[in-house]
Amino acid sequence: MSSPRHTFWFPALLALSLAAALTFLALPVAAIFLDSSPSELIDSLGEPGALDALWLSLRTTAISIAIILCIGTPAAYLLATRSFPGKAVVVTLIELPLVLPPAVAGIALLAAVGPAGILGGAIEGAGIELALATAGVVVAVTFVASPFYVRQAMAAFAAVDRTLLDASRTLGASEARGFVRVMIPSALPGLAAGTALALGRALGEFGATLMFAGSFKGITQTVPLAIYDRFSTEFDSALALSAVLVAVSAAILLSVKLVAGSEALGGAAR
Amino acid sequence: MKRALLALGLVAGLAAGCGGDDDGTSGASADGKPQLVVSAASSMTEALTACSKSYPGAELKLQFAGSDELAAQIRQGVKPDVLAAANTQLPDALASEGLLSKPVVFATNEFVLAVPESSDITGLEDLEAEGVKIAIGSESVPIGEYTRESLAKLPPAQEQAILANVRSEEPDVKGIVGKLTQGAADAGFVYVTDVKASDGALEAIKLPATLGPGATYGAGVVEGAKEPKAAHAFVDGLVDGECADALQAAGFGAPPG
Repeated sequence: MSSPRHTFWFPALLALSLAAALTFLALPVAAIFLDSSPSELIDSLGEPGALDALWLSLRTTAISIAIILCIGTPAAYLLATRSFPGKAVVVTLIELPLVLPPAVAGIALLAAVGPAGILGGAIEGAGIELALATAGVVVAVTFVASPFYVRQAMAAFAAVDRTLLDASRTLGASEARGFVRVMIPSALPGLAAGTALALGRALGEFGATLMFAGSFKGITQTVPLAIYDRFSTEFDSALALSAVLVAVSAAILLSVKLVAGSEALGGAAR
Repeated sequence: MKRALLALGLVAGLAAGCGGDDDGTSGASADGKPQLVVSAASSMTEALTACSKSYPGAELKLQFAGSDELAAQIRQGVKPDVLAAANTQLPDALASEGLLSKPVVFATNEFVLAVPESSDITGLEDLEAEGVKIAIGSESVPIGEYTRESLAKLPPAQEQAILANVRSEEPDVKGIVGKLTQGAADAGFVYVTDVKASDGALEAIKLPATLGPGATYGAGVVEGAKEPKAAHAFVDGLVDGECADALQAAGFGAPPG
């Protein structure tokens, strides 16, 4: 039994585990498409509520991603290139929303920036409406999606060969110039991968949005909320919206793998 | 050392995950009482949890969600023993589809306007003002359906003015209550038991009787239930028994007739 000869059971076990994992993960996704005909899917998408939800999801996701890129990129660069006391704590805090249950994210946002939250008065005083408003969806989505980008961007910046940046400094370029001209282009595959992960998470955001921003057609009811709203009464329509979300998410993942190469998504481990 | 601990944790996890095969879904409990899975509308969470502790006939496993969600689960093949819904339409529909025994009406719940305590809103008239934020149930859940039916009995101009101020359509009552207690919404339409369960955070404003009598709750035994006998006994007990008392203590009304 302990002799180092070739055995069949271990490779067989590996293959069996993969088959089990693949079946378990792929079957529910496949069922979304098998449970309804393509024409039914298109019909269900034709109803105005579904299109409102898709359009709202696109808008809020686009705004969130823009905010995440503008603030997350320099922040990730700082974290990747400097060390300072307490850095581990800062990184942990930034990554925390990754593992928070959506309900906790919703409660946390309400406690912080909800009307009765600690900053609620100040936000209201500034004339900004977040709760039950589209801006609230953007806040919720940005909160849960940004760590996906920042984490990946940090790893991407950290993996860039520092001699490149040093060379540009020696040639008289400022750090800002080096950041724009050297670091961002070199880290681009990783940044793209991070953007895609954040995009996928943003499109799928459900719990924090519902708790913080509510659910109203055209204002705060994004695709996941519309799916939940339809699940009991209009199962076909819920299936159709789910199919769209699956297709978009798969397209995002695939395009990243094609554009950035398959190692980009695994780059965070380095 | 760290790595060794990690490996140990992983092995322990694998062992627990792959080896753990005790299913707690069926069969009798340790003291011989049958286990009863009860799917009940969220509005009964407090009342049924209270009476389940000392329920004599069975060990109750309660799961709460929106009635529509519970009904949808049953249609998708999930089999609790009992469905207790916040209306009679869903149990009736399930019964006509052969998925539920003939439903029993076991309680009523008064439909009210809920506002945060010390709110300036004192009645329906105040909901028409511009800027008032109202949270109601989504069309797909009983409370939302009932709210729309009731408001439709108002003069059309008033109904329109109130609906125009709706800012959120929540998938369940907890969402409405949460929006009110967090100050995100100024008023909402819920049942009196929801206001009672908020422990003073919300106030109930009575609505004109013309808007309707409130909700009637119906329950039935799911076809194919593992414990049909205990399930029927439980449903009867909702009308008259320990759980009926708990429901009334939570603010529910006795069944009509």
